[in-house]
Amino acid sequence: MKRALELKGTRRVAATPAPRKLRFRGTRLVLSLVGIVVALVWFFPVYWMLNSSLLSNVVLTSNAPSFFPVGGSFDNFASVFQGGSFLPALGMSVVIAVVVVAVCLLFAFLAAVAISRFRFRGRTSFVLAILFVQMLPAEGLFIAQYKLMSSVNLLNSVLGISILYIAAVVPFTIWMLRGFVAGIPADLEEAAMVDGLSRTQAFLRITFPLLAPGLVASGVYAFLQSWNEFTVALVVLQDQSSQTLPLWLRGFIQASASKAIDWGQVMAASTLVAIPVIIFFLLVQGRMTSGLVGGAVKG
Amino acid sequence: MTATNIRLDVPRRRRSFAPYALLIPTVVVLVLAMGYPLVWQLITSLQQFGLAQQFGQPAPFVGLGNYIRLATDPYLWTVVGRSLLFCFACAAVTMLIGTLLALLMRAVPAAIRIMLQIALLLAWAMPVVAAMTVWTWLFDWHRGVVNWVLSAMGLPFQQHNWLQNPLSFFAVAAIIVVWMSVPFVAFSIFAGLTQVPEEVLEAAQMDGATPSQRFWRITVPIIRPVISIVLLLQIIWDLRVFTQIKVLQDSGSIASETNLLGTYIYQLGAGSSDFGTASAVSIFVLILTIALSGFYVRSMLKEDTA
Repeated sequence: MKRALELKGTRRVAATPAPRKLRFRGTRLVLSLVGIVVALVWFFPVYWMLNSSLLSNVVLTSNAPSFFPVGGSFDNFASVFQGGSFLPALGMSVVIAVVVVAVCLLFAFLAAVAISRFRFRGRTSFVLAILFVQMLPAEGLFIAQYKLMSSVNLLNSVLGISILYIAAVVPFTIWMLRGFVAGIPADLEEAAMVDGLSRTQAFLRITFPLLAPGLVASGVYAFLQSWNEFTVALVVLQDQSSQTLPLWLRGFIQASASKAIDWGQVMAASTLVAIPVIIFFLLVQGRMTSGLVGGAVKG
Repeated sequence: MTATNIRLDVPRRRRSFAPYALLIPTVVVLVLAMGYPLVWQLITSLQQFGLAQQFGQPAPFVGLGNYIRLATDPYLWTVVGRSLLFCFACAAVTMLIGTLLALLMRAVPAAIRIMLQIALLLAWAMPVVAAMTVWTWLFDWHRGVVNWVLSAMGLPFQQHNWLQNPLSFFAVAAIIVVWMSVPFVAFSIFAGLTQVPEEVLEAAQMDGATPSQRFWRITVPIIRPVISIVLLLQIIWDLRVFTQIKVLQDSGSIASETNLLGTYIYQLGAGSSDFGTASAVSIFVLILTIALSGFYVRSMLKEDTA
């Protein structure tokens, strides 16, 4: 059957080779041009951020925009660092991210082992619960979370916001890690124990190295979530002194409503916030896609 | 020694407290940070909880009072209608552009495909608040490049303030949301497209199927699971746009005319300390999300048992 189709196909292609190929080349060229234009359009805002961050306020407020950073400098970046509020916000964001990543990985690893290595009563309910919790919007809970934090005096504290972030991030982290843990055959660990390793040794030498890529991917996911989070931070970290980088950036936009602001500096600030994210994101992009759409895409 | 070791392990696997112990940390943090606020919110939504209660007065129980008041408040329905409209418009445009880009990536030479992928990845990777500052700068009424380009084309956009008029406010918000969401859709559908077997398409072509027939009769049915999941996620995510709307409001527009559900809750709770009403709206949003998520969760669960 398939062979017959192939034969039929070859004959037809052979009969009209030239015009078909030409038409094909024409559409391919048009599509390529469309592709280039779309790529440029999508890239433009990121480019514009970098471009403006290198230009002085004098150039940025001139009548026509400068599309290339000719004569640019890193002065804006220097003024961001000298501004005094960047480093505290950076510190806050880093500390929160480290706490969230470390705790999340630990909790998620334990839970992932439970749901991928054991069949127990309540397992399905637990999986169901984390899938639903993962979908809950921050906006549906943040007022109540604010009240909770204020009642236990944890507003504006690293501990308070970290607890909220861990709860928000751990469900998807479990879901990501689950696949990795399930991919490592339990027999492997047992075989190592038969060969004389203790349970801990077997875990550290056999399972852990195999799990490392999964831990990296989920760790980066947790980092990105906590680094970029805005909604919960907005209500829980209201003090200037405890603001994270997204809140600090938002301060500039708020200021822009009432007065002329130095956009070059704001773009330099945005670049500084975005760079670690872009680097980490490129590392794990593939895994996040397949984790989110799950079994619908195998590959 | 080894034999006993293994035998000792067998009952551990069959029935033990081990899995429950492993789940304790996760369950504790979820109950603390999500469960407790959820219960508090349910109770508060049945109370009159305003400024006075903030200062320690007991909150009177009003039953479904908050809900009834909200259901008869035309402003809530304006916000709900606005949110749904914004959500569906963004989701539809995102799906359309995302699918077209996925098909485009299949059709162009490798070099251009990689260019497209890099551009999309960068847009996707941008932290949302950083992206918002860039877009406010692009649309800045005074020195923004968008106004400059449109004016250069001879259109009357000099010093045009995009955020003042609610309609153009939402147009800007939609552009930003679509710009951010298209990459995920495009990459997911692109991954789905790689699963469509080449031979089937070729066979159909030889049997005389036109490109559009091949697309609708072969490609679409095969990638339908990806499309439906991605569409669902878009609807759920676009229903809860908060950051984009909040930041755009901050840069100078009238909040009451541009509120969506998220910013409305924020305004009720953090702005006017009306926690009873805020909780009632939150519960409404949560129920809406859970109803929408049901399908998604079911399909993920299928993967779990597979």
